[in-house]
Amino acid sequence: MEAKDIYAALEKQFPGKVSEFKGEVLEPYLSVDGASIVEICRYLRDSAGLNFAVLSDLTALDWPKEEKIQVVYHLFSYSHNHQIVLKVDLPRANPKIATVEGVWKVANWFEREVYDLFGVIFEGHSDLRRIMLPEDWVGYPLRKDYVEEEEYDGISTQRAPLVEKLLR
Amino acid sequence: MKPLINSLPETVFTTKVDDILNWGRASSQWYMLFGLACCAIELMQTGGPRADLDRFGAVPRATPRQSDLMIVAGTLTYKMAKRTKLLYDQMPDPKYVISMGSCANCGGLFQLAYSVCKGVDKIVPVDVYVPGCPPRPEALTEGLLRIQDKMMRERWLVKPSHPVEEAAGA
Repeated sequence: MEAKDIYAALEKQFPGKVSEFKGEVLEPYLSVDGASIVEICRYLRDSAGLNFAVLSDLTALDWPKEEKIQVVYHLFSYSHNHQIVLKVDLPRANPKIATVEGVWKVANWFEREVYDLFGVIFEGHSDLRRIMLPEDWVGYPLRKDYVEEEEYDGISTQRAPLVEKLLR
Repeated sequence: MKPLINSLPETVFTTKVDDILNWGRASSQWYMLFGLACCAIELMQTGGPRADLDRFGAVPRATPRQSDLMIVAGTLTYKMAKRTKLLYDQMPDPKYVISMGSCANCGGLFQLAYSVCKGVDKIVPVDVYVPGCPPRPEALTEGLLRIQDKMMRERWLVKPSHPVEEAAGA
């Protein structure tokens, strides 16, 4: 199915919940209302003709000027060989969205990664812990305004300037 | 009485206790496997038949408790840094550390990253830095020989009141 047909099917099923379709790009995308992300995902996975069996990737973008964090879902269907990208805008101050772990199990680790690096809270997630950074890490390093701490657990994070190091 | 020295040239030789201790230690440096990134490939190559660290009595060990030398090969993250300290503390004295490659020396290419430790010397004392990205097996062999030089200068029976000054360039 073409990307615009997927968009048309979604618009018919969820009027007002999907918008900003862009088809003339390598990976066509559309915006989705965050409140209904789970039902939209379940529809995309289960309805005949769509069958998005795979969540290829789940990631996020930080837009400090627009005061938003965008969660991005890359979906792919093996049976129909088509793909679509869903984007959800969340308020930067309090980014919260329902988990899609119940739709695709793989979302568990993806969502933990996004939580780890962007601080997005996935409500209903079965095990929302940091996945890569140490558990006692402070802050979310892929946010644009992240500032490195002076030291981590007694280990200095400072670098001597190169020239000074050579002169020493 | 006949002097002992050179009296039995084929069975007896004299040396200093420190020297023979150091010679034994320097000729059997068991290094801990500590490959963290791509430098580990060169470390394996150095242990392999072509460069052959085994020639110098250096063999890999899989546990810190049997190791004399830690070759930190690769990018050290903060998460790993804490484990590195723990493993270093588990090694019996006397122990030595080679920091292999740019990442272990100073963070290297990834030193601006939030998660990368800016050099293994931030957490454990380093004896020899081997530059390179990654260093060739020849460079690591040179590093091991420098450790041997350092070991040969150690004094165990009579400890100097202040540490022996390291020769320049070592």
